[in-house]
Amino acid sequence: MSAGKNLHPGINLGHSDPAGHHQAEPVMFGFWIFLMSDLVLFALLLATYSAMSVHGVAGGPEPRDVTDLASAGIETALLLLSSFTIGMASLANKYHDDGRRLLQWLGLTAVLGIGFLAMEARDFASLIAEGAVPQRSGFLSAHFTLLGCHALHVAAGLLWMAVLVLQLMATGLERALRLRFMRLALFWHMLDIVWVAILTFVFLYGAAG
Amino acid sequence: MSEELLYWLAGDLRWSDFPPKADMIATIAALIVVAGAIGVVATLTIARRWRWLFDNWLSSLDHKKIGIMYMVLAFVMLLRAVIEAVLMRIQQALSVNAQGVVSADHFAQLFSTHGTIMIFFVAMPFISGLINYVMPLQIGARDLTFPFMNAVGLWLSAAGAAILMASLVIGEFSTGGWSGYPPFTELAYSPGEGVDYWIWAVTLSSIGTTLTGINFATTIYKERCEGMHLFRMPLFCWTSLCTAILMIFAMPPLTVATALLALDRYAGFHFFTNGAGGNMMNYANLFWLFGHPEVYILILPAFGVWSEVISTFSGKRLYGYASMVFAVMCIAVLSFTVWLHHFFTMGQSTNVNAVFGIATMLIGIPTGVKVYDWLLTMYRGRIRLTAPMLFAMTFLLCFVIGGLTGIILANPPVDFQVHNSLFLVAHFHNMLIPGTLFGMIAGYMFWFPKAFGFRLDERWGRIAWACWSGGFLAAFMPLYWLGLMGMMRRTAISFEAAYQPWLNAAWAGAALIVCGIVALGIQLVVSVRRRSDLAVPVGDPWDGHSLEWWTPAPPPEYNFARRPRIEDTEAFTNAKRDGRAYHAPPSYEDIEVPRNTLIPAGIGAAGFVCAFALSWHIWWAALLGLAAMWAGVVLRSLQGDTERVIPAAEVQRQNEAWLDCARQTAPVTRFAEVERINRGRAMETT
Ligand code: HEM
Ligand SMILES: [Cu+2]
Repeated sequence: MSAGKNLHPGINLGHSDPAGHHQAEPVMFGFWIFLMSDLVLFALLLATYSAMSVHGVAGGPEPRDVTDLASAGIETALLLLSSFTIGMASLANKYHDDGRRLLQWLGLTAVLGIGFLAMEARDFASLIAEGAVPQRSGFLSAHFTLLGCHALHVAAGLLWMAVLVLQLMATGLERALRLRFMRLALFWHMLDIVWVAILTFVFLYGAAG
Repeated sequence: MSEELLYWLAGDLRWSDFPPKADMIATIAALIVVAGAIGVVATLTIARRWRWLFDNWLSSLDHKKIGIMYMVLAFVMLLRAVIEAVLMRIQQALSVNAQGVVSADHFAQLFSTHGTIMIFFVAMPFISGLINYVMPLQIGARDLTFPFMNAVGLWLSAAGAAILMASLVIGEFSTGGWSGYPPFTELAYSPGEGVDYWIWAVTLSSIGTTLTGINFATTIYKERCEGMHLFRMPLFCWTSLCTAILMIFAMPPLTVATALLALDRYAGFHFFTNGAGGNMMNYANLFWLFGHPEVYILILPAFGVWSEVISTFSGKRLYGYASMVFAVMCIAVLSFTVWLHHFFTMGQSTNVNAVFGIATMLIGIPTGVKVYDWLLTMYRGRIRLTAPMLFAMTFLLCFVIGGLTGIILANPPVDFQVHNSLFLVAHFHNMLIPGTLFGMIAGYMFWFPKAFGFRLDERWGRIAWACWSGGFLAAFMPLYWLGLMGMMRRTAISFEAAYQPWLNAAWAGAALIVCGIVALGIQLVVSVRRRSDLAVPVGDPWDGHSLEWWTPAPPPEYNFARRPRIEDTEAFTNAKRDGRAYHAPPSYEDIEVPRNTLIPAGIGAAGFVCAFALSWHIWWAALLGLAAMWAGVVLRSLQGDTERVIPAAEVQRQNEAWLDCARQTAPVTRFAEVERINRGRAMETT
């Protein structure tokens, strides 16, 4: 097999590291499968949300009362931008051996991710202040759980990033580490895709309905 | 000590939660668990086996050892679950217009633990264990793609099983059945630790199984040896693949269901509560979105075993290989489209019920294809009725009966009549015992010589078969009738004298099943004693077809001195025919194998601590356990040197010793395979 052939979807190491390229094949494949499994989780939470947003309101706040489109817009901008920056980080991971450029892009991604989490925390806090707590109704339980699960994933991604960055500083950009950064990037992109679904079903539909 | 400090330290756990318990039988059960634990510790200490245990087993990442440990876990848990089943049978036989021997509450715990254990800690570990052992050998791989994650999966399952064992000693278990339906399992109706035990035990197992499924699928797609096209894989690998795919997609719904239930119970959310917009129907959907594929997770690997066993002991190629493959794939896909048949009675429209009823019946078609293929594999074969083959006969007969009652149940109007009756209990045991459990027992007998280097005693194997088969029929056929008479499942006391004779028969059947278990135990002991008579060092005792038989018994930790290259599904059979099965390869090379590590076992232990502490609301310990689990993962990522090299010279030495042994061993014909002269080299047939 030539180095030019893509052995898995996404950025391949191919030309820049032919040996690592082959090592990456099963590892990246396994991670894609994990992502599928994780997506099932989100699909079910979305389905639960959609049922609860109709039948579970129990006289409490409805979807339109809890969707703040301005805030969702900023959050979307932050997260989509962070997907771009982690894409740049992936290119740095592939083409540069010293890791400096990679660190810069990751730093930017982390800032955007933290900004996203801060915005979400603010949303949650204002809902709670209004009395729209998850214990109020089945709908609010579903709302907080869906968004909370996504936020938890983002937070986990940030922690993972921190661990990898510490390793990078300790050992330099080893091959094993390269493969881990590739997986982190996939994970991050998946969270973006999930967010787009959330934006559509929770915020846009919510505001319209 | 103040109440508050006590809560901070020990949560809701108090001395009164420890034995002795309110009821005599529960106290005895608790004592048996404690005595068992002490006995194991004492034996290991006296025999000075702790080091051996840690170095060779608990820290191993070898897929073969992990497979064996899964099987050990399954057998231990099987013992407990069968004892519980017998107790339930005794109770029901003695409680027609009477009190029986256990309280209603205790009876409810019995069926909850029995069901939970049988599904999650007997059948699942059996399956993960068998696939772990056999599949990498069959595809000519050195190990699974992710050996570390494999061990983590094992230890998470073990942690879940340990939670169930702990629940026997400390506190009580859930009374909500293996399916844990709210609103009964909500805080309002089930306060206390029981449901929490259930939630966390099942969650541990489901996370472990998800990881295992990812591992199996990746391995099958990426680690096949040269020439092993997908359509050259033995059927067991195909069923493993389908099972893995089902695990990947069907375990998350269970995780979601238990997590949302936990949020309701721990944080006052309203997913499934009666008021405030909660909706338990959503739980039923989530649970069975997992639950139905789950029954195929349980049955498909057994189909794989049956395919191997029947073709090997018929001395024939599997009939209709391609149709078999398409049938399993169809079953795997269809299994996601039928979950609603578990709650036809929940109030959706008749059209919805009709769709799901028809979808359910459709599964009978690919399953029927498989049954015919097995029959045609035997047709004109030279059949040898060894113990695994005898189990296969019982399977074919009983599975067809169980399948037919399944089709009956798939009719919503019929289901309305027998829903939740013993008819249903008879149906699913009819699939799970002759299908899954017998499949696992047959697989255990079939591959045991490969794993340990000696065959199992044939006579005791047949006795076990007779007890299990007779016991199964006696224990479960009466339940169909009882169900039609109107006896409901999960009832501790009944008031209908006409039930009595049938309940007695069912009780006798359960007793016979216990004899079957004892016979399996004796078989093991007898075989270990006679192991030099039964030794099959060459590794091919049954004239096998697939690659796992082309290795010594037991295989070296790297599996193959040189990874094979094949040109046909039956590559090994061809090699034997051409007389080139035991030729030395042209050269050898260094082989890397994963180093042992105790981190996975540590992650499992931390998982146990976390789950136990959560059940008792000991928050500090729960946090500690969770943090320790992730610390284990991070620690692993920091380990630099995870592989060990076995030099080519060593590989050569071991492999030539095996080849010499093979060439010096007299080949035996198939009809002498249970005789002493069978040393594991099959006669070359032409
Ligand atoms: C070995 C002999 C077995 C016997 C004698 C036995 C007996 C029983 C009995 C008496 C019940 C309670 C029925 C009721 O609700 O009235 C039961 C329930 C159940 N059994 Fe078994 N069983 C056996 C094996 C198995 C196996 C191998 C499995 C699965 C792999 C299994 C899975 C279940 C499940 C899921 C339930 C339902 C629990 C619930 O109601 O939540 N059993 N069994
Ligand atoms: Cu089903």
